[in-house]
Amino acid sequence: MSLIEVTGLTKSYATREGKPVLALAPLDLSVREGEFLTIVGPSGCGKSTLLKILAGTLRRSGGQVRLKGQALEGPNRDIGMVFQSPVLLPWRTIADNVLLPIELQRLNPKAHRARAAELIRMVGLEGFEGKYPSELSGGMQQRVGIIRALIHDPAVLLLDEPFGALDAMTREYMNLELLRIWKAAGKTVILVTHSIPEAIFLADRVVVMTARPGRIAEVIDVDLPRPRALEMINSDVFGGYVRQIRAHFGSHGGLDA
Amino acid sequence: MSGMADPSEVRTPSFLRRHIHLLVSVLLLAAVIGVWEGLVRGFSIPKLILPPPSAILSSLAKSLLSGELNTHIWVTMLEVLGGFAIGGGIGFLLGCLIGRFPFLERTIYPYVVAFQTVPKVALAPLIVIWFGFGLSSKIVTAATICFFPVIANTLVGLRVTPSDQVEMMASFMASRGQIFWKARLPHALPYVFVGLDIGIILSIIGAIVGEFVGAQAGLGYMILQRQFSMDIAGVFVILVILSVFGLALHELVRFVQRRVIFWIQDSEDRITGA
Repeated sequence: MSLIEVTGLTKSYATREGKPVLALAPLDLSVREGEFLTIVGPSGCGKSTLLKILAGTLRRSGGQVRLKGQALEGPNRDIGMVFQSPVLLPWRTIADNVLLPIELQRLNPKAHRARAAELIRMVGLEGFEGKYPSELSGGMQQRVGIIRALIHDPAVLLLDEPFGALDAMTREYMNLELLRIWKAAGKTVILVTHSIPEAIFLADRVVVMTARPGRIAEVIDVDLPRPRALEMINSDVFGGYVRQIRAHFGSHGGLDA
Repeated sequence: MSGMADPSEVRTPSFLRRHIHLLVSVLLLAAVIGVWEGLVRGFSIPKLILPPPSAILSSLAKSLLSGELNTHIWVTMLEVLGGFAIGGGIGFLLGCLIGRFPFLERTIYPYVVAFQTVPKVALAPLIVIWFGFGLSSKIVTAATICFFPVIANTLVGLRVTPSDQVEMMASFMASRGQIFWKARLPHALPYVFVGLDIGIILSIIGAIVGEFVGAQAGLGYMILQRQFSMDIAGVFVILVILSVFGLALHELVRFVQRRVIFWIQDSEDRITGA
């Protein structure tokens, strides 16, 4: 059974002239438990819209989303969201930022201190528990953003271009980190990106989306061995996947490689 | 190694360079006082119109040493701080309530703004009639004047929360109340302190105006007394005391602000920027 079942999902926005613009065409997608799914496409293809609907922070216009067989209406405790920027609260220490979802869901923060410490250790930030976000680098802050999304032990981790603001080298390192976290935490992961290589490198399956209106052009099974290593990016198989995805966007695709 | 600057020399400007603004500002004050003294003496301006700084200084020393102003300083300070505590407190709390519940912003806030368009100074005579010639009427006048900048800045501050933080908290199932307490209110605090900083200075104006209208003690009352007895240097003495008082209160607000909003700090190492 699939963990998330999206059927006939649409999203339209009202424009100034009153004519609605379709951001997501009717869209079907099923996400398997435990898989690493990436969604790739040019800006404006609705990939972030899709993710926000899954996170429950954006209302859909039509269709259905089911999580564990239940209709998903609004934010859900089985979802952990990671944003484009870390969005940490500057007046809270790292440990208190990680524990924020626990507080918001009115669970006992004391009972979760040990788990927070364990997650902080998992991403190599031990010793930074009492520091404030401004004392951390961008990559470190985004790692805090990731474990904040894991603290309440959700079934699904959603990531919206989480490493877009980082430099290329930190980004590669964070991708490996993310794969390690995925393996250790055993979550289902859905990651949105506009980088084709990143989408292939991370994924079990890549969902390719095209714009106007946003729709799924193809879903590709990535048959590369795990654990993934950076050298695989130079392999012929990898290049084949890149060409297969790029074919959807033509020469002016507007995607970074 | 020749030609290489010592790194410590490069990074730390000399003591003089770092404090040059202090020197310039003291020199500026000295220059203004000097010109003032020179003009008054040179043109033989009567003491009753403009006393020279030297006369003001000796009057200040006499006033402070004799202790004749002590009760008046104390009275005005109580009025200012009392008015600030009440006006600023109500302004902040009402601002939070209105910011938390949009319904109140639509129903109550128009009246708050309408009240603000009335010059509070014009209310002072009424307030003296209602609250008497003692401390309480000055506290109320100061409170009504300092109230508005605090509530207005609190409301502005409650609107500046970055939308990504609200979205983040919503995605973790935060209630409206939780978003208010854990994100919007902390983000509003820098604005609240701007309001408090303006409000505490306006409280001084409120207390003095209240004393002008009718009082038995206080620095504003003493200004009138000294004006009646043509002690113009004595009036200037009180103006000096009031401005020192205002500066001290402003610094007090800034001191509390730096401790409360500890996560916003200007970097001293930055080379460019204001």
